[in-house]
Amino acid sequence: MSNLVLRGIKKSFGGFVAVDALDLELQSGEFVSLLGPSGCGKTTTLRMIAGFIDPSAGTIEMDGRVLSSPSGSLPPERRGMSMIFQSYAIWPNMTVEENVAFGLTLRNLPAHEVRKRVGDMLDVVHMSHLAGQYPAELSGGQQQRVALARAIIIQPAVLLLDEPLSNLDANLREEMRFEIRRLHDEFRITTVYVTHDQAEAMVTSDRIAVMNRGRIEQVDDPHTVYTKPKTRFVAGFVGRTNFIDGVRQGAEIAFDRFAVPVSVIENGAELSGKVTFSVRPQSMRLHRGRPQHDGPQVEVKIVERAYLGEFWDYVVVPALGSMRIKVTAPPLEVYEVDDAAWLEFDPKQMTSIV
Amino acid sequence: MNGGLDTLAQTAKPTLGRRLRWLEPSMVLWGLLIAILIFLVASPLVRLLLSSFQEAETGRFTLANFVEAYENLRHLQALLNSLELGVGVALLAGLFGVPIAWAISRTDMPAKSFVRVMVLGAFIMPPYLAAISWILLAGPNAGWLNKIWMGVTGADHGVVNIYSMAGLILVVATASYPYVFVFTNSALDLVSSEMEDAANILGAGTLRTIFRVTLPLVFPAILGGLIISFLEAIALFGAPALIALPAHFHVVATQLWQFFEYPVKVEEAAAYAMPLLFITIFMFWLQRSVLGRKGYTAVTGKGGERRIIRLRAWRWVMFGYALFICALSVLLPTLVLMQAAFAKAWGRGFSLDNLTLANFRYLLFEHSQAQNVVLNTFLYAGATAFAAIGLSLAIAYVVNRKLVPWSNVLSFLCMAPFVIPGIVLAIGFYAAYAPPPLALYGTATILILGFTTRFLPIAYTSSAAGIRSINPEMEEAVRILGGGRLTAIRRVLAPLLKKSLAGAWILVFIPATRELSSAIFLVGPNTRVISVMLFDLSEEGNFEVLSALGLLLLVVTIIIAGIGFRVIGRDFMLRRT
Repeated sequence: MSNLVLRGIKKSFGGFVAVDALDLELQSGEFVSLLGPSGCGKTTTLRMIAGFIDPSAGTIEMDGRVLSSPSGSLPPERRGMSMIFQSYAIWPNMTVEENVAFGLTLRNLPAHEVRKRVGDMLDVVHMSHLAGQYPAELSGGQQQRVALARAIIIQPAVLLLDEPLSNLDANLREEMRFEIRRLHDEFRITTVYVTHDQAEAMVTSDRIAVMNRGRIEQVDDPHTVYTKPKTRFVAGFVGRTNFIDGVRQGAEIAFDRFAVPVSVIENGAELSGKVTFSVRPQSMRLHRGRPQHDGPQVEVKIVERAYLGEFWDYVVVPALGSMRIKVTAPPLEVYEVDDAAWLEFDPKQMTSIV
Repeated sequence: MNGGLDTLAQTAKPTLGRRLRWLEPSMVLWGLLIAILIFLVASPLVRLLLSSFQEAETGRFTLANFVEAYENLRHLQALLNSLELGVGVALLAGLFGVPIAWAISRTDMPAKSFVRVMVLGAFIMPPYLAAISWILLAGPNAGWLNKIWMGVTGADHGVVNIYSMAGLILVVATASYPYVFVFTNSALDLVSSEMEDAANILGAGTLRTIFRVTLPLVFPAILGGLIISFLEAIALFGAPALIALPAHFHVVATQLWQFFEYPVKVEEAAAYAMPLLFITIFMFWLQRSVLGRKGYTAVTGKGGERRIIRLRAWRWVMFGYALFICALSVLLPTLVLMQAAFAKAWGRGFSLDNLTLANFRYLLFEHSQAQNVVLNTFLYAGATAFAAIGLSLAIAYVVNRKLVPWSNVLSFLCMAPFVIPGIVLAIGFYAAYAPPPLALYGTATILILGFTTRFLPIAYTSSAAGIRSINPEMEEAVRILGGGRLTAIRRVLAPLLKKSLAGAWILVFIPATRELSSAIFLVGPNTRVISVMLFDLSEEGNFEVLSALGLLLLVVTIIIAGIGFRVIGRDFMLRRT
């Protein structure tokens, strides 16, 4: 367990800047996800931490010691980390047991000690009954468990995961998310987890670093990232949302056909001029008649609808307005296209973004 | 944690960190590899080029070598003969190879797998052995075909004479049509039947479809095969030496050999070899650009479903033709070779009292050198296979993992011998390493090095394909767990590559056991190999012992190819690479 500090990390390939002036600090035992679309630099960042790529600028430090800098880096085999790869990289020429034991035998542990620890580890990942099998005989999820066991058994200073679940089918993916978090709770290894799947990041992480174009746009715990996105990119990438433009007019923010007092909005007093808000589809409610609350509300018309089983997706437009708003409703709240309705906002769940 | 972490504090000093990385033992190894490659490939070629411009005694710059090499009309004639041979062989090989390839890929011709095996047999038969058997078959008067002709018609002299340009073209074509076959067959296997169906539905009949749709689609592949046959033919030494010399004409290869008669004129030979080198490079470039025009071929990755064309009665005509080719290239030659190998005197024909094992006994137990020669052959071929694969694997690894900035140069050097005729390469080797300081002439080393260079492209193609098939993450997983690069290679890469390396080993070993064109320039009295001994025996005219030795070589080759089939799969030799 170690703390890990990335200071001003930059990596360019030719003229292309993959990672740009990135700062990130992980506390000992913390689980941080790098979340972003493909090409955002998250895997490059991970591979720099592992030592497979040298940074063009900046340093990577572990427990106060420099691992990587532009002038030289410690090779991956001497960092005491371990990594789980997108392809799992389970060696097909070795049995499950041999795969898991590999890191320990490299450390010259006595054979009986290796056997005992491998046995314990396979128990932890529920793979003891398959110890003698070869990887080709295992399912994707089982291979994933072997990869986890192989990485964790050496008690690495830092555990790195590179989109480990992207090759699994949906059900298994969900199961393995919890498995990864369970193992983290058990071993408390400082972990960096790269993914493009927000649900994965939210289930597993203590904090999520949302990356875009080689930069981190926001680092926060999952709840904050979702409810208080700081930038338009973060709001749009993590979950679905509406971007609603308004203008500060005195004590109110004026929107298309409705207004919200600044006093009920977080940091509302600081806003001025044109402002964009992120409003999640499930943070609003539809009513048949005018609601008896004082909250911000606007009369709307249903223009599109889709039934997704667990909820309805409606697209509404304010009466006489033009702004399209996505809103979700429980399965029993059925509206037809062209129905009139009232849309009620919750100002606490409206987040101004930059 | 582990020992490595203790040094972490020091790496804060940047220069030390960099030095640590460069002193990784693997980096030293890479440097060594580059040096080896320059020694094996670049230096002989440069040496060849330099020699062609040097005065023999003084080493001063001169153009005299070129003047001397070409002022002689006979030398020019040899060059023309080579071109005639090449074109003739390419055309005849096309006539042999294309119909069989089509019949196997597309029709219901009977006994397809038998024909396939025969084509493989023709591929395995060394051209000089084909030449020897054709001397037995079609030597003037004494040859089997002529004797049968005379017996049937009562004529007093034979009708065919192998000692002629036509004879030489026939012999070389029977040995090189498998190239055309392989190219055409694999292209046909990729043309979807839907292409043909589209023509049929518009009203074209079977024949019209074949000539207007199918063949044009695979034409670039056929042309590629023809070019390879052409290049094989002009680079060949053995068959021309056995047939052209008695027929009193020269080709480039035999003429080059003459420059090595005492007194050895390496500089002149180097100058004379240049057209061969440049024609080869040009033709390979041509082949690449013909095959590279993807839009034209429409031969894309997906095979699509292929419908078999029903030939009805014609299937027997087709089979007859295939059988005729098989007879010319494999059945008849093997038959007469076996007859001679087990005969007291081959001319006495097939009779029980003519049977003997004396030829084999003589070779294996009585001949003063034969045992050594056989041993040498397999020893050198084995060493060559190990050296070529070891080297090419290391280089394929460096190139694939981009461990050094100029890695493309490495793969280029590895593939370069592919476009150098063996005979030219051997002269380069001779020029570079026969004289002091290395003075390798007559040693086993120069033969093994020469063979290694010659077959490096085969080894490299297989190695690179093997390395590409392994996800780099397999290796990164070793490193992040604390193993160095060499551990990763030893524990993961090598075991995973075992099978494809075994295949590559065989692919190098087989041609190395029968290599003649480069061996003839590099052997010394104590390092002779089977191919060279066969050639020497033919000069003595002892065809029974000669056939026995040839048969021995064939049997070993077939056994090893058989092992290859078992390990790697049926098509591993007849694959287009």
